[in-house]
Amino acid sequence: MSNESSAKLSRRQFITGAAAAVAGLTVAPGVFLLKPADAASPNSDKPRWGLLIDTSKCADGCTACVRACHEENGVRSLGRPKTDAQWIRKVNLTDQASGHEHSLPVMCQHCEHPPCVDVCPTKASFIRPDGIVLVDKHTCIGCRYCMMACPYKARSFIHEPLTDQKPHAPRGKGTVESCTLCVHKVDRGDGTTACAEACNRDGHGAMVFGDLNDPDSEISQRLKQYGSTAIRADLRLNPGVRYQGI
Amino acid sequence: MSQTTIKTHFREIEGRSPLYLALLGGLLVLVGLGLLAAFMKGTYGHHITGMNNQVVWGLPHIFAILLIVAASGALNAASFASVFGRVVYKPLARVSALLAMTLLIGGLVILVLDLGRPDRLIVAMTHYNFKSIFAWNIFLYTGFLAIVAVYLWFMMEKRMNRYVPVAGYAAFLWRLILTTGTGSIFGFLVAREAYDAAILAPLFIAMSFSLGMAVFILVTLASFLGTGRPLGDLVLRRMKNLLGIFVAGVLYFVLVYHLTNLYATRLHGIEAFVLLHGGIYTFLFWFVQILIGSLIPLLLLFHPVWSQSRKVIAAASGLVLVGGFAQLYVIVVGGQAYPLELFPGYDMSSAFFDGVVAGYTPSLVEWMLGIGGTGFAFLLFAIALKFLRFLPTSLADDKVDPHAAGVSTATRPATAGA
Ligand code: SF4
Ligand code: SF4
Ligand code: SF4
Repeated sequence: MSNESSAKLSRRQFITGAAAAVAGLTVAPGVFLLKPADAASPNSDKPRWGLLIDTSKCADGCTACVRACHEENGVRSLGRPKTDAQWIRKVNLTDQASGHEHSLPVMCQHCEHPPCVDVCPTKASFIRPDGIVLVDKHTCIGCRYCMMACPYKARSFIHEPLTDQKPHAPRGKGTVESCTLCVHKVDRGDGTTACAEACNRDGHGAMVFGDLNDPDSEISQRLKQYGSTAIRADLRLNPGVRYQGI
Repeated sequence: MSQTTIKTHFREIEGRSPLYLALLGGLLVLVGLGLLAAFMKGTYGHHITGMNNQVVWGLPHIFAILLIVAASGALNAASFASVFGRVVYKPLARVSALLAMTLLIGGLVILVLDLGRPDRLIVAMTHYNFKSIFAWNIFLYTGFLAIVAVYLWFMMEKRMNRYVPVAGYAAFLWRLILTTGTGSIFGFLVAREAYDAAILAPLFIAMSFSLGMAVFILVTLASFLGTGRPLGDLVLRRMKNLLGIFVAGVLYFVLVYHLTNLYATRLHGIEAFVLLHGGIYTFLFWFVQILIGSLIPLLLLFHPVWSQSRKVIAAASGLVLVGGFAQLYVIVVGGQAYPLELFPGYDMSSAFFDGVVAGYTPSLVEWMLGIGGTGFAFLLFAIALKFLRFLPTSLADDKVDPHAAGVSTATRPATAGA
């Protein structure tokens, strides 16, 4: 009994089938990351919260926002810089061409199309209708895939047991966390965040919090007048945190 | 498509020899180390590992991916028998399927135990985000285990034998998709320059063929030698030739990956990092992955004289695995260690290690976990051999190739090989 021809035929059929299936798999996930990323659409009746950071006003060496954030949310250093959580950090930039120096805070950018949410296997990473991206600490399994996917290195994994938490900012060993856009303050109507408050208090006024969808808000007005930059705009994630002066 | 061949006899291994018991004992110790590591991580948290907020996936992930990728490749022999009608591999199809399953289980155990919250496994199995390639992989892995289990059953149950080709096809297709899924875990991370490449999927498929073949050759040699069953040169020679081809295939994809990256100016940074000045990563790439793990095995496998020796074939297989480990280290850890570029055209620094190559040194706990999972895979394999008929009684040349004796497959008496 010779099976040569049937073996060949099946092999070919088989390979085409496999190629199609493989192509389906490899293309599909990319599609999610390439959803059209429109700019925040003003005039929508839903709010979209965001921050505008004017880097020309952000003082070199000032870390008021970082301290205020970590104080507000109960984030403490355990003396191990590599595994300590950082919800917000001051980044120093030097223009390679001109040597001009900048200093600016970077936190979770509250992307409209957040890769962290796309990749999270359990939906623990989620985006609220008002644009705030959060982690549900009850469903986070600590796989850290969101950290691999975040282009802004905005997330921290909690490497060891924690004590002394703030009730409004639950945290836990083995889960991932990042800036919540001070969701507890937003929800109770403070209309600002701890970092922006601290920045104003220190007289810099480099951070403006507000509703990107409200054309009359200060943040929208300033964006309209001066324009802004998104970090890694090439990824078209349409972050809710915008920068001026870079 | 059904292939008639000489009848192969399968028998459980006796499993009472001091050698076997020593093997089980050794593997149990390894599993114990892994459990201890998992317990320590659960108690103290991940800070006792080398992983940090810059390098979030480390050694355990490399072990796990190696096992998962090799699992898919361990199915090679079964696939060649059922899908491509290569009768030579038919007697090995059962062991091949068994090994595929146990390697996958070993890899998954490591992944699960390395979660920040392994206690929430039930959450992972009840909350799915269908956009997540990770969630897809959960189905790909469990599906693979289910399909291969059915495939094994069809092979081992006489009445179901005629469905073996169908199950073989399903398993082969599934393993390709599975490795694509594993590669895509990295392939779609747009954030990181080392990963954002569709070629990672075919690269992982090629790696699965070569790494799986290497493990399979070593396991075949060990189990025939250990049980005193005859193993002819015929099947071994074919396997070592295939291994050589697969190793060359991986090299090809590695070449294409780096050439396409070099074409894109924006990726020159990461390329220079891996190829020129990445320290440990550059060393692992050139010296371990390319030289020790690819070129030397190719030489050994195709050298007209050396490749006759089983020791040389075994050594080459071992080197391929060492090379694969280094390759995954460069991909997984190197890809994270290279700083994310947030502001092109600027030098960047911060208290959160922006703009600098992230440090990572695997800790003992991570080695223990990785080795423990590997030990678990082989423990399951060794135990299964004792209880079910996976291993052929003989793979002597005249028992594997019906054509070797010049007799057609159909007329060969069914009792040959008894
Ligand atoms: S900045 Fe990172 S963590 Fe924040 S929403 Fe975007 S991807 Fe997610
Ligand atoms: S670490 Fe938690 S939040 Fe992040 S992807 Fe995994 S489950 Fe989701
Ligand atoms: S918005 Fe709140 S949580 Fe986010 S960086 Fe500012 S202070 Fe921290």
